[in-house]
Amino acid sequence: MSDRPILEMTGIRKTFPGVVALDGVDFRLFPGEVHALMGENGAGKSTLIKVLTGVYGIDGGDVRLAGEPVHFAGPLQAQQAGVSTVYQEVNLCPNLSVAENVCIGREPRRLGRIRWAAMRRRAADLLAGLDLDLDVSAPLHSYSLAIQQMVAIARAVDPAAAPATRPQPEASGRGSRVLILDEPTSSLDASEVARLFEVIRRLKRDGVAILFVSHFLDQVYEIADRMTVLRNGTLIGEYRTAELPQMELVTKMIGKELTVLERLDDQTRHAAAPGEPIVAAHGLGRTGAVAPFDLTIRGGEIVGLAGLLGSGRTEVARLLYGADRPDSGRVEIDGRPVTLRAPRTAMHHGIAFSSENRRTEGIIGELSVRENIVLALQAARGWARPVPRRRQDELVARYVKALDIRPADPEIPVRNLSGGNQQKVLLARWLITEPRLLIVDEPTRGIDVGAKAEIQKLLVELAGGGMAVLFVSAELEEVLRLSHKIEVLRDRRLVEEIENTDGVDADRIMQTIASGATP
Amino acid sequence: MIDVSAPPRPATAAPPRRRRGLDRRHVPVLVTLGLLIAMYATGVGNYENFSDTQVLLNVFVDNAFLLVVAVGMTFVILTGGIDLSVGAVVALTTVVAATLLDAGWPAIVVLPLVLLMGTVLGLGMGAVIHYFKVEPFIATLAGMFLARGLSLLINRNSIPITDPFWTAMAQERIRFAPGVFISTSVVIALVAVLIGAFVLAYTRFGRTVYAIGGNADSALLMGLPVGRTRIAVYTVSGFCSSLGGVLLSFYMLSGYSLHAQGMELDAIAAVVIGGVLLTGGSGYLFGTVLGVLVLGLIQTIITFQGTLSSWWTKIVIGILLFAFIVLQRLVTRRAR
Repeated sequence: MSDRPILEMTGIRKTFPGVVALDGVDFRLFPGEVHALMGENGAGKSTLIKVLTGVYGIDGGDVRLAGEPVHFAGPLQAQQAGVSTVYQEVNLCPNLSVAENVCIGREPRRLGRIRWAAMRRRAADLLAGLDLDLDVSAPLHSYSLAIQQMVAIARAVDPAAAPATRPQPEASGRGSRVLILDEPTSSLDASEVARLFEVIRRLKRDGVAILFVSHFLDQVYEIADRMTVLRNGTLIGEYRTAELPQMELVTKMIGKELTVLERLDDQTRHAAAPGEPIVAAHGLGRTGAVAPFDLTIRGGEIVGLAGLLGSGRTEVARLLYGADRPDSGRVEIDGRPVTLRAPRTAMHHGIAFSSENRRTEGIIGELSVRENIVLALQAARGWARPVPRRRQDELVARYVKALDIRPADPEIPVRNLSGGNQQKVLLARWLITEPRLLIVDEPTRGIDVGAKAEIQKLLVELAGGGMAVLFVSAELEEVLRLSHKIEVLRDRRLVEEIENTDGVDADRIMQTIASGATP
Repeated sequence: MIDVSAPPRPATAAPPRRRRGLDRRHVPVLVTLGLLIAMYATGVGNYENFSDTQVLLNVFVDNAFLLVVAVGMTFVILTGGIDLSVGAVVALTTVVAATLLDAGWPAIVVLPLVLLMGTVLGLGMGAVIHYFKVEPFIATLAGMFLARGLSLLINRNSIPITDPFWTAMAQERIRFAPGVFISTSVVIALVAVLIGAFVLAYTRFGRTVYAIGGNADSALLMGLPVGRTRIAVYTVSGFCSSLGGVLLSFYMLSGYSLHAQGMELDAIAAVVIGGVLLTGGSGYLFGTVLGVLVLGLIQTIITFQGTLSSWWTKIVIGILLFAFIVLQRLVTRRAR
């Protein structure tokens, strides 16, 4: 690590209509370090990154790269100056081949003609540097998200990305001088994360300055040398990872002591016996999605779905909500058989489904917080009976308060909210319909510790009030903490139902996930 | 190395190591090719003289202008856009060319001038779409009214063209054997196709067109010149429309404001039948050529049949469009 920062941001200020996203934030990044940018959702992490890469202009402050003041007009300029970004959602073109996704915009050319063979070779070489052996001429969408993420990193570290090294791209290892990884691990499993960290360490040795953003504190502590903490768009401080204990970091991030999580634990495990079955599935299944399964969810009960990415968690939820049609089995609601032909039917029976893709399947960014919240209620009533504006305002105000949605202005467009707050809006949308069964698919993914605890607490309270909750999450700890009953999925099959009693821990579940039902 | 065969990993995450057999991206084009062959076989089986080489070549001769227009449309649709103005720009081109030639302007001046006009119109629409974030549908709809209105304003009637260059181009035949020939327009159209195919497959501009169709937001974040490329595809389409207009005026030897009514829809139909995804990002110019040939062959078969009303052409095109859009759905759904 050298003693002169490669990147220096001072006094950065950025405002959006109705929101001050960044207020006088300083940030330094040294060559050969991994620097974690920490903060809750809405703290301004994403905004700072977008300012740095030229996606947003700034309203104040200045940015220096290697001592020179810079002002990027867009990601292309930033990239050319050696600042590359790998975003949370994979931002590549799924229809193009892997090779093109790595090289497009800087393909090897002769007289303007793309040299496809050379391009494929270069992509394969770069991927080999990350220990990946892929068919580079296959379209990107034929690979999993994890692989796509690696492809995005290969693109970012392509030495040809920085013009300074363009004359002999193979000769030097330094492509990007600054690599920004925005939530790169949110869709990876443990072994893939380990793999990614190896890549990060290698880049670090090569002198690349890495800005790392993640909500997984353990990962941050494993990989980061230093961290900068933001809260509500202001700078809290810059720390050495080794000198800042985890609890202290969390306290700095949320600005208050975090005790909610500990208290939750006992609440669920010793909660009162659940009530009558609300939804029961018998032999429900869909070819290619999930094998036939039996599942009963009772009032006041939180049922957790555990399993790896792609094990059929979401598919189970979608069948119960009628979003996909089963080709075997039947569903009973309150003991009476029903056919869930479409989400509308499910809604009529009091089933609500909050999707895992809040960006594409849930939130409508252009609409206001109020409009987003009222959406499901309006759909349930039918278009002929509009919800009176006064009642809307009343309901929305209640839920904005109850869920602590920030900023607490129901009329600003949802896209101006942070991820965690968007998730709360989505939950509010379904809670307002007063469902009997709430299906939540990955409600806490990509949101910060504070918001996560709040949402978990909220689910426990809802179950306490008699609602049935089907809780889908990739995080075992979270499933264990909340659920009364855990359904374990493996390879698109429900392999075991585990009562979440005192003896059950993550190892026990992992065992089932890894090896199928225990005898 | 990521170990993709380890048991705890879900089966879906395992990447297909090597492509097996058919590439799914080629399926729509192959289906169209199969359809074309089947239609040709039907024609040959049912009608005398259908197997003459000239019957097939006439499909090219009669549709050279549509082919050129469809080339431009392919660029636009590959970005996920649409260009409704092409038919009107074709008509405007014929009217302006005929009027200027009638006024005694030399062909050497008129030709580049009308091509420039179409190109500038396309550029204008592209700029409106990019800078004012207007939906392509609306911007080009406005362009369509503008161009059609302008041509009606210039002259309501059909203007005959008597310019020697134009008549020469109309009558010039490239003969392969007695009675086996193509017009110069076909050569021009095929050159346009070849250039277009090269640009799409082998240039940065062409690949950016595909990238935008795949995911425009990603393309922007990947540092690709999205705005410039988007403007450029409408410019290309404008140029192709005016070139198509010139070819149509060779074919008709007249300029008329009611020429090429609904040609934009024929062009879109040809592109879609050729397997280009309407949402962009997938398809080949070769498919578009097949699409144009399918449309042309339908007309030929109906002409040979003799008793059917020519409106049957439209009905068959309609049915095919439905079939192909459903096919696209099926192919893309399985790809996701």
